[in-house]
Amino acid sequence: MEPTALLIAATLNAGTVLAIAALGLLINEKAGIVNLGAEGMMLCAALAGFATVVHTGSTLLGFVAGMAAGAALSAIFGVLVIWLNTNQYATGLALSLFGAGFSAFAGTRFVQEKLPEQVVHAIPVLADIPFLGNALFRHHPMVYACVALTLGLIWFLYRTRAGLVLRSVGESPESAHALGYPVRRIRLMAVMAGGALCGLAGAYVSTVYTPLWVEGMIAGKGWIALALTTFATWRPARVLLGAYLFGGVTMLQFHLQGIGVNLPSQLLTMLPYLATVVVLVLISRNPTWIRVNMPGSIGKPFYPGS
Amino acid sequence: MTDLSKRSLMKVAALTALAGAALVGCGKKEEPAVPAPAPAAEAPKAEPLKIAFAYVGPVGDGGWTFAHDNARKALEKEFGDKIVTSFVESVPESADAERVLRDMASQGNKLIFGTTFGYMEPMLKVAADFKDVKFEHATGYKTAENMRTYDSRTYEGAYMAGVIAGSMTKSNKLGVVASIPIPEVIRNINSFTLGAQSVNPKIKTSVVWVNGWFDPPKETEAATSLINGGADILFQNTDSSAVLQTAEKMGKRAFGWDSDMTAYGPKAHLGSAVINWAPYYIKATKDALEGTWTTGGVWWGHKEGAIDMVSIAEDVPADVKAKIDTIKAGLKDGSFVIWKGPIAGQDGKEVLAKDAVADDAFLGGIKFYVKGVEGKLPN
Repeated sequence: MEPTALLIAATLNAGTVLAIAALGLLINEKAGIVNLGAEGMMLCAALAGFATVVHTGSTLLGFVAGMAAGAALSAIFGVLVIWLNTNQYATGLALSLFGAGFSAFAGTRFVQEKLPEQVVHAIPVLADIPFLGNALFRHHPMVYACVALTLGLIWFLYRTRAGLVLRSVGESPESAHALGYPVRRIRLMAVMAGGALCGLAGAYVSTVYTPLWVEGMIAGKGWIALALTTFATWRPARVLLGAYLFGGVTMLQFHLQGIGVNLPSQLLTMLPYLATVVVLVLISRNPTWIRVNMPGSIGKPFYPGS
Repeated sequence: MTDLSKRSLMKVAALTALAGAALVGCGKKEEPAVPAPAPAAEAPKAEPLKIAFAYVGPVGDGGWTFAHDNARKALEKEFGDKIVTSFVESVPESADAERVLRDMASQGNKLIFGTTFGYMEPMLKVAADFKDVKFEHATGYKTAENMRTYDSRTYEGAYMAGVIAGSMTKSNKLGVVASIPIPEVIRNINSFTLGAQSVNPKIKTSVVWVNGWFDPPKETEAATSLINGGADILFQNTDSSAVLQTAEKMGKRAFGWDSDMTAYGPKAHLGSAVINWAPYYIKATKDALEGTWTTGGVWWGHKEGAIDMVSIAEDVPADVKAKIDTIKAGLKDGSFVIWKGPIAGQDGKEVLAKDAVADDAFLGGIKFYVKGVEGKLPN
């Protein structure tokens, strides 16, 4: 029983990183912008967050620094693709490569740094429930914040006027423009919000999840987050579930080895990617899922007045 | 004359640096042992020996590569202006390795160290093309006329770690975060287990493979799952300090590996099994400088000063510390042998008969778990 509870706990923790970044990318894509730079932004934010915690000792400030770094990088990306109409995919890829290289370069002197000791998190009373306590109630606050973020995003996108405007910009920027909405400014705000969330996820990785800094430490989580938005057919709740699924598969490969399951470890290492393909196939079997939910103008540049 | 030659020298140097930068990319760092080039007017000096190191991880990994780089620095201190060293870090064990090694050879390096098993085939190929360059390959088993191997008996450190772990465990479950299933790593897992069993026959060792040498997030996840599975003391054969840091975070104990890692987890740290590459690097450089370099292979252990167990935690009982000292003394004078029968394999069958001593060929080909290690060995 207890190992299962701990596996669930590790799954939720691993999924949180993916979910926060994927929710950020979802905001981008709902506004019609695809930012392939997630990995690079997360790396820079991871470094920014780590460096801030090293200097100030405050994890909270680290999160803020990570969000600022993510927002700043995505703002550059936003200006390039929204005003200068550069190709979103090429620009995003460039941002990703730049972020990876820059963080490795700027981070060399932080490689051996050590973070202050972390507090152990446990919700009083609830944490003492057998099984559930260990599985659900002994997490970093970010794990719960991530669930709240998902609910908040659902409410924002589907229950508020601002959310409606955001989605309309993503569906048909021409119509939104004709109605008098500042399409470009709205898109930039969406891009920066998405960047900030990617940054938050990056800072969480380097300050809480794996509290150290080494180059390339995001290790592809940004790309999985990008894939998640498609898997989830652009629905926030499914993003969260998908993130937990991936987190679970990632942890399962180690867990199965640890309990001595007689499977080659290389096969287990394949599991997350195998799961990716399986989910893709399942989703593609139902084309209406994608057609109904995919933002209409995704990836396309918008020229006002044309 | 001096002015002119100096300028042309500088030109050549600048060109070389440019070419080097263009070829190798930004990971390249030249570190001359002498601060300024000697003026050309002085008596002509012998050209310094150019030595290059290819590292598999970043020098800041705090473990394997860090230990190699410390030895490189010791080399500079030892030989001063007689040598110039440079290194390229984070060279993957792929086709890139051949490219980097080839660059090193064509840039005039006469002694080249490759510090990971995966460079074996690329290095063989490059060595065949640069007959006047001496190649030194760590942890491999293939040699050539101008390529030899060196290794350290890391399993001695693993055994000593096992002795400490076996004495300190409360759950009798030990966990190992392992990298890639090659004989060296399997030998370390086995030696760790044998060490633990020598003081505590009840222990079991679980192993999680991450299929890489340096991947801190994966090492963290692997360590977490081992602790979740009930292991209270972790040991790793990966290159970063992530396992120790995870143990620190989760209130368990762990070891430093390759370098002294006390600082990464002061509460969790039980001791560090360190490798000191400096004695061998100094010997190899001396061989190359004096023209006595011949091919072959060496395997140095505690006896030669290459392996040690350091910074043992304060709460480790005195009798355990004394036992470690006895082992060290025994390794030094040859009276103690780790791989001495009877040793049983995972299935209980005898792999080493009573009083039989494993030779290096046996140790180099270990592809089985000893009794007490759980799980299936990946092929």
